[in-house]
Order: sequence, then C-alpha cells, then structure tokens
Amino acid sequence: MADVNLTIDGKKVTAPAGTLLIEAAKSAGIEVPSFCYYPNLSLQGACRMCLVKIEKMPKLQTACTTVISEGMMVTTDSDEVRQARKGMIELLLGNHPLDCPVCDAGGECELQDMTFSYGAAESRFIDVKNHRDEQQWSPVVYFDRPRCILCYRCVRVCGEGMDVWALGVQHRGVSSTIVPNQEDHLECEECGMCIDICPVGALTSGAYRYKTRPWEMKHVGTTCTHCADGCKTTLGVRRCSTGTELVRGDNRDKSGINGDFLCIKGRYGFDFAHHEDRLHQPLIRRNGRLTPCTWEEAFQLTGERLRQIRDREGGDAIAVIGSTRTTNEENYLLQKFARTVLGTNHIDHHRTADYPALVAALAGHPKLTASMRELFEAPAMLLIGNDPTRQHPLLAWQIRNNVRLHRARLYLVNAQPIKLRRQASSFFAIPAGREAEVAAFLAGQDSAVAAIASETSPEAWIRWRDQLRREPKLVVMFGSEIRGDAVASLIKFAADLPEAKLICLGDYANSRGAADMGLYPDLLPGYHPVTEVGEFHKDWGGVPEKPGLSLRQMAEHAQAGKLKALYVVGANPVEELGLDPFVFSQSFVVVEDLFLTETAAIADVVLPAANAYEKSGTFTNTCGDLQLVKKAGEVTGTKSDFEIIVRIADAMGVAVRKLVPFGRGSRADMGQSRGAQSGEADRHSVWLEARGLEPKMSPFDPMAILDEIQRLVPGYDVSRLHLLAGMDQHTSLSGSGPGTKHDPSAIMPARDDLFSSGTLGRYCRTLNAVLENGHKLAAEEEVAAE
Amino acid sequence: MADLVSHPDEVKVVSKRFGLGATEIDRYLELDGYKAVRKALGMAPESIIAEVKDSGLRGRGGAGFNTGLKWSFVPKQSPKPKYILCNGDESEPGTCKDRLIFEHDPHSVIEGVTIAGLAVGAHVGYIYIRGEYRYLSEIMQKAIRQAYARGFLGKNILGSGFDFDVYWHGGAGAYEVGEESALMESLEGKRGIPRIRPPFPAVVGLWGGPTVINNAETLASVPHILLGGAEWYAKLGTPKNGGTRLFCLSGRLNRPGVYELPMGYNLKKMIYDVGGGMAQGHTLKAVVPGGSSTPLLTREEIDVPMDFDSLMKVGSMLGSGGVVIVDDSACMVKFALRIMSFYQHESCGWCIPCREGTDWLKKTLTRFHSGGGVRKDIDDLQYLSENMLGRTFCPLGDAAAMPTISIVKKFRKEFEDHLDGKPCPLEKAEAIERSPVMA
Repeated sequence: MADVNLTIDGKKVTAPAGTLLIEAAKSAGIEVPSFCYYPNLSLQGACRMCLVKIEKMPKLQTACTTVISEGMMVTTDSDEVRQARKGMIELLLGNHPLDCPVCDAGGECELQDMTFSYGAAESRFIDVKNHRDEQQWSPVVYFDRPRCILCYRCVRVCGEGMDVWALGVQHRGVSSTIVPNQEDHLECEECGMCIDICPVGALTSGAYRYKTRPWEMKHVGTTCTHCADGCKTTLGVRRCSTGTELVRGDNRDKSGINGDFLCIKGRYGFDFAHHEDRLHQPLIRRNGRLTPCTWEEAFQLTGERLRQIRDREGGDAIAVIGSTRTTNEENYLLQKFARTVLGTNHIDHHRTADYPALVAALAGHPKLTASMRELFEAPAMLLIGNDPTRQHPLLAWQIRNNVRLHRARLYLVNAQPIKLRRQASSFFAIPAGREAEVAAFLAGQDSAVAAIASETSPEAWIRWRDQLRREPKLVVMFGSEIRGDAVASLIKFAADLPEAKLICLGDYANSRGAADMGLYPDLLPGYHPVTEVGEFHKDWGGVPEKPGLSLRQMAEHAQAGKLKALYVVGANPVEELGLDPFVFSQSFVVVEDLFLTETAAIADVVLPAANAYEKSGTFTNTCGDLQLVKKAGEVTGTKSDFEIIVRIADAMGVAVRKLVPFGRGSRADMGQSRGAQSGEADRHSVWLEARGLEPKMSPFDPMAILDEIQRLVPGYDVSRLHLLAGMDQHTSLSGSGPGTKHDPSAIMPARDDLFSSGTLGRYCRTLNAVLENGHKLAAEEEVAAE
Repeated sequence: MADLVSHPDEVKVVSKRFGLGATEIDRYLELDGYKAVRKALGMAPESIIAEVKDSGLRGRGGAGFNTGLKWSFVPKQSPKPKYILCNGDESEPGTCKDRLIFEHDPHSVIEGVTIAGLAVGAHVGYIYIRGEYRYLSEIMQKAIRQAYARGFLGKNILGSGFDFDVYWHGGAGAYEVGEESALMESLEGKRGIPRIRPPFPAVVGLWGGPTVINNAETLASVPHILLGGAEWYAKLGTPKNGGTRLFCLSGRLNRPGVYELPMGYNLKKMIYDVGGGMAQGHTLKAVVPGGSSTPLLTREEIDVPMDFDSLMKVGSMLGSGGVVIVDDSACMVKFALRIMSFYQHESCGWCIPCREGTDWLKKTLTRFHSGGGVRKDIDDLQYLSENMLGRTFCPLGDAAAMPTISIVKKFRKEFEDHLDGKPCPLEKAEAIERSPVMA
C-alpha cells in the first residue's frame, strides 16, 4: 500500500496507508498509552488513554481508532493531552482498590505503569469506592471486579481470538461487569488467554495467584513441550523444597511462533513435576520388588547386564524404545547408542504420523513443507482429518486468526463436525476412515469420489477440487488419518499446484524430532535407510545394516523369549500401545521415566528422569520448526535422559567420546586430517572449525550432540545464533534420505486432547481440576454456541 | 394521554393534526395525508433531497444537522441494502414531543420515512420507539397495518413500482440508545453501545448498509415540506434554521405544555407569554433550554432567540426542545445531583470518563448536598466534568458534563451555602420532586 506522510510531535513519520495512528506513533518511537487497544483485536475506543491532538479537529481524538492521513499534524505531548491522560487515570483509580501489595499483577501491571508515567500521585476522591466480592469462575480463572478497568481485552481475545465467546459484559454504566458464559462460572477451553491479556489483576490464575511476585521469579524463555505445536513460552520459576517450581507460563513478549497464545496445558500444566508420585531415586528390582538404590548401583547394574547380553547374545537380543517427549539430542544419542554401542537396529517409538512416507513422497519436491509462521500468512488452507482445536491448539489459533485477520480461505474435510468449521469457507463431511480416498481424489483419481461423496455430491467435490487447484498459495494439513500411499497422493496433488506446502500433524511434543532423529528400526537420522551405507556408517564406524524390529515385533520377539533386554526411554508402551506386560517377563527391562508408569512397573531398573522443562536441548514441532528448550527447573534426584544414556554407556565400558563428540583432543591432528584418511573426530572438528564453534567440554552437554546433528542430519544445519536466541527455524526435509513405506497400522494416534493427556496430564492437579469441573461440549454444541 | 395546549403565536405544522383523530388513516387522508408521498413518487430523488436541504430543516433530535445534507451523504449505489431509521427513542429529560407525534399523528412519521426512502433509494424503514412508550407503539403498529392495507406501504406502493416496508421496534429502556449508532446496535439485537465513527451511518449503518437516521419530529416535518415547499418552510424560521419546532415547556409555569413555535422564537417570550409566566409565588431562577444535556441559562440570559445558532452563541444548545424552567424553590445542588443521577444511571459504561466520571460526580454531589461537602469539592466537580468534556466515546459524557459545569459556574454561591455541614437551605421545599413535570 502507498505510504502516507504525517507529523507526530514535530517528527516526520511515514507509514503505509491504512495504518492506525497509534501504530504509526509506535513505529516512530512515540508511545501513545492505551489499555483497550490490542493489536489484532477489534477496536474499542473505550479507555480514552490514547487521546491525542490532531490539527483541525476540535476535540482530542483516539489514536487507536484514527487511520493516518496525508499531512496529518499530531501532538501527543501537549498540556491538553497530558491532562486528558492524567484525568483518565484518576478516574480509573477512583474505584480501583489499590491493593497492589497483594495483587498478582503488582509489578507487571499496566495500570501501575501508566499511573507512574501519566497519572497523578494523589486522589481527589474521598467517597466510598464501589466494591464487589471476588468470584471464582473456574479452577483456574478468578475475577476481581473492583480491579477491572473494563478494557474488554478478555472478552475479545476469548471471542475473536479463541472463538469461544465465554466472556461478555453485563449491566451498564458503573455497574458494568465482565461475566462468564454460565452465569457464575466458565465453561470454556480454560486457555487462560483472558488472564494473560488482562492489563491489571482483575483476572487471575488459580494455579499462580498469591504464590509469588513477578520479581521473585526467574523467567526462562523456552518452548512448551506439551503438544507438537511448540509454542514459545516464558516460564516463571521459583525455588521450592524439592528443587524449583514452575509457577506459570506465558508469552507476554510475543516473541515466538505463537505470539501471546498458549493453551490450558502450556499455561497451567506444570504441577506434574511436583506430583507426589514423581520418582526421586533409582529403583532396582530385588527379590521381585522395586527397591530404591543409588544412581551408581543402577548404572553399574544396567551397564553390566546390557554388556553381558550384548556380548553373549548379540545386539539382536536387545531392543530400545525411544520417546516423543525427549529432546532431539537425546533421541539422536539414544539411537546412536543403540546402533553403535548395543549393536542393534531394534529401535522404535510411538509413531503418530507417517513422516517417512512424507519424506519418500517429497523426494524431488524440495521445500514443500510449511512452517507454523507460513500457515498464519497463507491465503488458503486445506485440512484433512484431525481436530486441531483439541489436538493442536496453536495450529487452530493460527488457522482461526488467519481467517479472521487475513480473510484466508479454509477448506475442511473431516469425518467429524469439528469446531474449526465455523471458520471454514467450505466443510465437506466424509464417512469415517475415508481420508485416504480424499487424497486419492485430490491426486486426480476421480473414481475415489464414490467413497467420499456421501453428504456432498460428486459434482460439488469436483468443483471443490477445481477451486483448490486454482489456489495460488495453499497450505495442506493432514492428520494421522493420512498415511502411506495417501501421503504420496496428497503430495502429488500439492506438487501440481502453483505453490502448495504441507504440514503433517504428529501428536506429541517431539514426534517430529523423534522421526527426524531416526528412532526407527529401518531408518537412520534424516530418513536414511540402515541398509544403505552412507555418512553415518562412515562417521560412526559402522552401523548394523539389517533393519530392526518395530514396536509390535519387539513384543513378539520378547514373547518368543528372544528379547533379552529392553531399554525404554520416556515411553510407556504397555499403556499407550496396549502391549501385554507379561511378554517382557523374560527380558531385562530398563525404564527411564518421571513416574512409575505401567511400563516402569515391570522394569528391572527404573531411572528417574528429568522432564523437558528440566533440561536443555532442541525440539522440532510438527511443522518442522526447530526450537530451543532451556532448562527452567529441577527436581532433586532426577537426571536428564541425556546424562543417563551417557552414564549407561560409560558403565558398559564404552569410550564415551565416540558417542558424544566432546573435548579438545581432536584438534591436534587438524593438519593431517584433510586427506582421505580423516577420522571421525576430525570431520567433526573440521565442521566445528568451519562454523566457528568450540568443541564442547562435557560429555553431558547436549550441544555436543547438536553439533553432530547439525553436521549430519539434513535440514538441521540452521543458524546456531538464531537457535540460541530462541528463534524458530524451519527444517525443511529437503536433502533427507529416501524415507520409506511403513505398515500404516504402525501409526497409533495419541488419545490426548486439550484437557487430557495420558502421559503428563494425569499428574497435573490443575488440568484434572478443570476436567472435573467442566463438561465437554459436543461438536454440534460447540458450533452452535455463541 | 396528554392534554393539548395552544397559544396564538403557535405555527402549527407538525402539530397540525394533533387532536384531530389522525391516528385513523381515513381521517389522516382527509387531512392531506399521504399526499406528500404521492408527490414524492413523482419527483426525482435528487429533487426531494434538494427540497429538504433548501428548507433549512435541521435535526430535531438535538444535534441540528441539516437533514437534506445528511441524506445526500448516502451513496447512490450500494451493494448492501439501504435503510431509513426513525429515532423515536425520546429519552432526554424535559423532552416529550415525539411522544405527541406518535400519539396524534403516527402516519406522518410513516410518510416521512417513506419519503426519505424514496430520496435515498432505501426499501426498508424502521421506526424505533422508546420502550417506555408502550402504548404508543400500539398506535404505531396500527398505523403501519393501515398503511399496508391501503397500499401506502409494501410492494409497489400506490402503483408506482416502488417497494417500501416499514417495521416498528421497541427499545428496552436505555437513554444511550437515543444515540444513533447505539440505536443501530440495539436494533440489531446487541447491547446498546455506540459504534466507532467513522464510518458514519450514511455509509455503514444498520447491518452494514448505508443508513439515514433521523429524529421522529424531523421525519414528521418532511411531508409538510414537500407539500408546502422548501421556501415556505424555510421562511417560517430564521436563516439556516428553517421551520418550526415543538418546544416542551415544563416547570412552575402557568401553562406548561408542548407548543409548536417558529424557530428563533424568543425564550423570554416563550416563558412569560406562551407559557403564561411563572406560577403564583415563584420566580424564575434558571432555564434548561433544550433538554437536560444543555447548559443552563440564568434569569439574565433568557432574552435569546430559540434557534441552533443563537443558543450556541450564548454558550448553550437548542438541543431537543425540552425547555425546563427552574424556579426559586429549587436547590441547584440538588438539581445538579438529580441530573447527574440520571446520567450515572444511563451511562452505558463503555468508556472510562463517562462510566467513572458520572459515578464520582453523583457520589460527590450526593455527599455535598447532604451537608458533607468541603470547599475543594466545588472545584473538583468542575475539574471532573471538564475531564469528561469532549473526551468520552459518545456525547453522553458531554451531556453529563455540560450542565454540571454551567451549574457550578453560574450558581457557585448555592454550593458555598451547603458548606460547613449546613443543611440545604431549600431542602424543605424539595424543589425538584415537586416541580410539575409536564403531564
């Protein structure tokens, strides 16, 4: 759009036509205060804090509702404007309780800040303030009306942003008050956006209130590890008797892919860390009972037994199950450990999306994946299967707000009447389980339409496909319903479009990372088949070339008595996959986990692990955006999975440096290593040197493995600086190995949703309280609800 | 039903059919009813607008904007339907004129709405009637039914090929909804809260369509203008203030009531001649010239022509024609309190200055009047009002601030008389409550 020139406080400002005056001023470094104005929410003009003087206008004008025009002369710091702001603050404080010393918002309250900047020190009011008692609207939402300044941000973010519309305004005049949708309580997604967006302490969080003051916390910028979307979050951390406690999560700096969005889990789902069932010391099975022991004993026993089994029975007798909620570094290390130390390709994880099929189909079509940011900007979106509102809250937020703010077109195909259809420009219902036929139809197989045209006519489907084919830029999202050949069909369809990109939706926080890092029996990191001798074989000095066993096959193997050892890191196959626990009764089972899960209960050694908030590393979200996870808290007695793997390897008598490239030793032979005989450590050093990176000094430093990942895994060689700065970077799958075709039944979607989670959620008191409190709306009710 | 009053100085235009049974369509037709619509159907839309513009008709709701000019802002082509809205949410304290129009001459409003529709190319009109005027909406409903039955509304009106529908809509008891954009919100079924402008209703109004919104009296004047001609109408009033308007005289007068007088009629004459002067034993203290939102005039300031521009010159406003006479038995502090109680109650609460300002003004005035005042309060009252003035989201804040500022300025002594714990000197008279509000 054309630029408009105007003058603000004597400063020449140029901004695109259509810009709001308040934004134009901000871009010129001039602060115009406001409460009710909030970017990307509807305009209110209610708080009157942003009144400025515009030449030729008799009255002061609100900068938040005024669109700039050519030659506009604006004054934001005249006596008149200052008095208007001061007057507004005085009026706001009139009925405000001024209970800052006990208010949660104290210290990070916009009203406090504004009072200091623009307000008056003394009140001229001597009459009694209006008072109303505090209300609890849900286990996590409390409302204190006297503190409320009625900026309506909560109402708008709930309605416009979340499409939940659980808040409204009742009564009028000075009696006006924010009210919940169910008379005296809330029935909503409990996302806490209303609390987060509240400029004062009117809405407070049941999980956080009265626990601490903002300045007493350490604030750690990291990535949320509850679902596969990877929201950036700032965790508030405080000391407590058992280590440190995460008291809240928010993203007020709006720095990440999610802006200020977080869902219920990202905001409140931390107290599992201090659940009474959390393991604080290793357990060893003695006389049939799991009994506490020292870490040394546990490592010693595990290392010895694994070595014995490997040496006597061969690597084929050992299987490893990896995790979808451990870091990329841990996953990479685990499979490297399995393959190079244990000598087995029997490694797998709980698969929730068919990434290998995606990679296989993408061959020859590089850069066909979309990032979470690209989704928000896409003019058109197609979603087949999945219910992002419940399974991918950020993805749903991006879709909703892309439709609302950019008028993007949303095409939905689903067997369920999912809530996002309220935003959809078209919604096609299909019989359950026919998603693959939709993909085939899109790819041009017209006969497939018979299987899907139950509620919509074949002609409508064809018109719909023609419309999609004309979309200049389309992001195609698909859930676990689309696997195997169906993925290939979709990519065939996408490749023929002018510009289409894909997002394959996995269910767990690092499902994508686990796949990328090669937690497959037949695939190395970067989807390189174990059967093909390549970089990894060279670098690691050999990899077993026979594809290993999948999860189900491991169970069969164990039942047949052929599996002598099972090493499970951060997974609960007994519960999640419904495996019969007794099949492992002949195996030596080692489990690393936070809790004594169904799988840990049958283990011979249980090692208490740190959770993803208690360690550092990287996670890859479902779109392939790589982000940093920073250690925020710690709980006594636990160790990170990274450290545990290294210690087990050490106990097995392995030269740890072969596993984790750390230390300076390799630098000495830099000179000789340029030739054909360059050894593995040297290649690593050359790579580090070329990027100006230092060798890592500790075997427990995940960054050492990150070096190797960045060096060897295609797509992961992103800017280290940006990564460490907390920025998200898209790892396109281009350059990956050929991928492969797996048995589609190996994919088992998680049964989690927004409110429940089998892994961590069941240990979250806050989440459980919400779950017990509300009843879930059926999809029809959701769509009808206003 | 209100008793009708009359005075020889009256020029009856809008009130021409008052008391003549014109609620019945047959009687209305006998009294030149629906002739203006017939005439308008034969006119080009531009000439209708020109006629109204030239008549100098200015909005009778209070703002006094030239009606024809307002109509001319409506875009000729619009992808969305256009609407005519009649604002009959008469709620301004001291004002009771639209009520008489609905009661005695509902068809004139229907006719005005239809003509406006012809002028701007709208096919739907809404007549929004204040919720408390329940009995009037029954009269209006009947009138609409009759107009449909006789072919003055509906498809192909009077065989012209022009379709026009009129609906009535009742308010739910909010003064704020008299504000045009809040009225649209209310009509759309939402909370009665004003909208951000621009865009103005002429471009984006009801349900997003271009909308003309006029006061009931304004629209009721339109048929007379079309029949009598712009020139005739303009000449009835003063320059730029065409025609006549209904003045609602209330207070301790000998003959309070609603009188139709030419624009620019002298206020003093209105009080002492038309209204019959002050009731026995009472003297004039102040006048509210145009509904409670307008700054008060003192006894010394009343020699002024009652038109928009003249009142502006003396620092007040013609407003909605509600002329409230305040006599010597009224305590001005209590008067200010009574007005502020109204605005505090009616503030929609959307913006800070109005919501909080009216509340604190009411609190302060309540305490002050009951003897708890301190000297600083007097200045604070003015300070607070000035902090509201011109800074609120809609004119309601101004409406609350302006009279308060004028009362504090002009009657400061009465405030000082309340200081030091002294009881209100006029308390026994209970001035405001006993004032005869026009029946």
